[in-house]
Amino acid sequence: MIARTLLAATAALAVAVPAAAQDFAITNATVATGDGSAPIENATVVVRGGKVVAAGANVQVPAGVPVSDGSGTWVTPGIFATVTDLGLVDVGAVGESNDTSARNSPFSAALDVATSINHRSQHILVSRAAGITRAAVAPSAASSIFAGQGAMIDLGDDPQAVDRPRAFQFVELGEAGGRLAGGSRTAAHTLLRNALREASRFGEESGLAGGPSRPAEVRTGDDIPIDPRLVESDAERATDVLLTRFDAAALVPVVAGRQPLYVHVERAADIRSVLALRQEFPRLDLVIVGASEGWMVADEIAAAGVPVIADALTDLPARFEQLASTQSNIGRMQDAGVKVAINAAAMEQPRYLSHFAGNLVALASVPRAAGLSWGEALASITSIPAEISGFGGQLGVLKPGAAGDVVVWDGDPLEVSSAPVRVYVDGVEQPLENHQTGLRDRYRDLDESELPKAYDW
Amino acid sequence: MRAAIRVLLAATATAALAACATTEGSGDSTKSASAYDYPDTPYPSTYQPYPGVPTALVGATVYDGAGGRIDNGTVLFADGKVVGVGGADLAIPAGYTRIDGAGKFVTPGVIDIHSHLGDYPTPSVDAHSDGNEATAPTTPEVWAEHSVWPQDPGFTRALANGGVTSLQILPGSANLMGGRSVTLKNVPSRTVQGMKFPGAPYGLKMACGENPKRVYGSKGRTPSTRMGNFAVNRQTWIDAHEYAAGDRDERDLGKETLAGVLDGEILIHNHCYRADEMALVMDMGKEMGYRVTAFHHAVEAYKIGDLLRENDVCSAIWSDWYGFKMEAYDGIPENAALLYQAGACVVIHSDSENGIQRLNQDAAKAQAAGARMGIQIPDAEVVGWFTLNAAKAMGIADVTGSLAAGKMADVVLWNGDPLSVYSRPEKVWIDGALMFDANDPQRRPVSDFELGQPGEGDVK
Repeated sequence: MIARTLLAATAALAVAVPAAAQDFAITNATVATGDGSAPIENATVVVRGGKVVAAGANVQVPAGVPVSDGSGTWVTPGIFATVTDLGLVDVGAVGESNDTSARNSPFSAALDVATSINHRSQHILVSRAAGITRAAVAPSAASSIFAGQGAMIDLGDDPQAVDRPRAFQFVELGEAGGRLAGGSRTAAHTLLRNALREASRFGEESGLAGGPSRPAEVRTGDDIPIDPRLVESDAERATDVLLTRFDAAALVPVVAGRQPLYVHVERAADIRSVLALRQEFPRLDLVIVGASEGWMVADEIAAAGVPVIADALTDLPARFEQLASTQSNIGRMQDAGVKVAINAAAMEQPRYLSHFAGNLVALASVPRAAGLSWGEALASITSIPAEISGFGGQLGVLKPGAAGDVVVWDGDPLEVSSAPVRVYVDGVEQPLENHQTGLRDRYRDLDESELPKAYDW
Repeated sequence: MRAAIRVLLAATATAALAACATTEGSGDSTKSASAYDYPDTPYPSTYQPYPGVPTALVGATVYDGAGGRIDNGTVLFADGKVVGVGGADLAIPAGYTRIDGAGKFVTPGVIDIHSHLGDYPTPSVDAHSDGNEATAPTTPEVWAEHSVWPQDPGFTRALANGGVTSLQILPGSANLMGGRSVTLKNVPSRTVQGMKFPGAPYGLKMACGENPKRVYGSKGRTPSTRMGNFAVNRQTWIDAHEYAAGDRDERDLGKETLAGVLDGEILIHNHCYRADEMALVMDMGKEMGYRVTAFHHAVEAYKIGDLLRENDVCSAIWSDWYGFKMEAYDGIPENAALLYQAGACVVIHSDSENGIQRLNQDAAKAQAAGARMGIQIPDAEVVGWFTLNAAKAMGIADVTGSLAAGKMADVVLWNGDPLSVYSRPEKVWIDGALMFDANDPQRRPVSDFELGQPGEGDVK
């Protein structure tokens, strides 16, 4: 059975030839570049060779580039969704279709989602149709505070979904982390410190210190290179270690600051404890996820230069670590100078990102609330998550040299009534059909006078 | 779907059943009503409207909830009741406080037909998990109002951010028959009795599909299959008939509820996702002599819009939740619009302490999905999805849900188009009393739980 599956996968790889990027220009559209600036009316976007070459007003379309009239439409960069489980799940409650977590695995930090991304997942197709072109995919912690290593993916209709494997390590340090560590936050912090020290020592003894998390030198024919940290190592380890060899190896680049450490915490006090980790582990490349009470320590987060992937509309004390949650959280953090992206994990579906961003714009007209400008709100789901993910200037923005991830909308992209009419990834126009559109078309009417609905496809 | 686990928990919490012992308890028009040998109104509502001032909202776009739209409209209310709704020419009696609504919008108070506020309150700790009496597959004897914690901070968010003035609290969906629901006015209160909507009928929460068979099958009990679900339900109804046909002298809490359903006094709110199951449930109702008032969640309702229309059953739905469990796999954003096209009743519900703050946005999403496939639905009709249609399915449409003279003055003044993501409630009145004002930091409820805590009284 396994062999058959493998053969099938190999065959699929062999026949799947990515469509070539098209050169195209869209004129007379309302263009929002995603960099935080206001939308520009009657503007033009030009994409050549899979890259943006121009975006804005007064742009001349080069000769030979096909032009489409974008009158009445809006054009934005593709949405960058972080953090998600796209490609890891078919049906959340159907365990065998859900690869987000591994409660019974002996491994934790070593878990690497890049091996498991299904680019044909319906959730990827549905998200693509909602204008999402890139995503950070993270595992969920279940057997340890370490969830494992997340990947950066694109949502293009080709098998090469993973753009960057092992892009970050994800760890739980709040209420959830405390329970996973054995029952308390203190246990979680102790476990973390022990793990980082074991990793540091293992890295030195095995010659892996600072080893890159995203090596490019070992190519194996497919798109995901082998992780050199998992090759044979003869380094002897002490008998009182807690981490498996693979888990220790996986944390080597975290300690060295070569792989970002995404830390999920909500409470202000927990955020402070995370920021303090740098006193012991100065090279940690921290990203805070959640941060419901971030507004209470916004100045400290800003001073530390740590970016935040924050819940946008969480405003209830769902847990004791979220007592001060408010929809003004992101606006207040941004006002304090924190780099903030909207957390896609804090909503039912990633496709709500544009609506949540629109809700933050709404707050600007609510007395005493702190919201975002329209341009800032778009940036919080495009350029800022791209920057936090290590793709600043390359993704989530329409400017020369950036990837040709372009979405054409039938209206204001942050309005709940709007939707994409065209989506491009790396300059390739994408199909927008999926299971849902098939059902929609089949049940457009309920006429079965000639044949059952099963023949309508 | 990272949120799927939470969704699953919420869905598990979703079954409810409500029955109203308040209606005509001593009437003798039916043998059953006269035969009830218990107080008409146990745990009676003590809700009294708070004071208000005669108010004239002028210059706003008014959606009346019943499909009407008035530009530059006037809405008058006094003594807790709507006095008049009209255009700019509607005379404003002396003594009314004028509120300029130019550029703003007025709708009836938002109504959520499917909420677990109070019975699954925040903080969402185990000690607060009071929505599923998951110890037997049928528990028609439990009443949601006995679980509602009035200090749930979620009520305040639903008011301030969602404009919610009335809501139905349902038991969860672990059980085939989860218990009675309770309908509340969204007013802060020291007691649940102080929130109970006067005269609202009870509902009985039922659930089909995965949840009951999973919960009990995993315990090695029946039901463990969908056919088991039906067998247990049918036998329970047969037993209820025997009770209802008798003298009803001996108190039996569960059978009293079921008899209330058979008498037509208690409304069935049936959690059900799949089209084929909803069709079977409607036939079970015919077999057993009851009617389903609304299917809740109903992600496949669009496949049987004709059946739902013919059986006069509402679908209380999200705009686009899908895929978090097997029976939700075929959810599509066009569900509401296709139901509307088929002439079936649409209600937008939340089943969420977060979604209840944005029912208006959810309706707008569903409307837009329809427009993209060529189904044009007027804004004024869409507003009815989270106002009058919900009231109808909750049995309170004669007193609230639309702006009409004599109805409760449950009113929201929005700072913009309620079908836009950019709009929020500016003022919310319940029975003519101003219960939320975005411009007045003090006119915002703060639950006991939040006093002295970080963020107390914040804009949230």
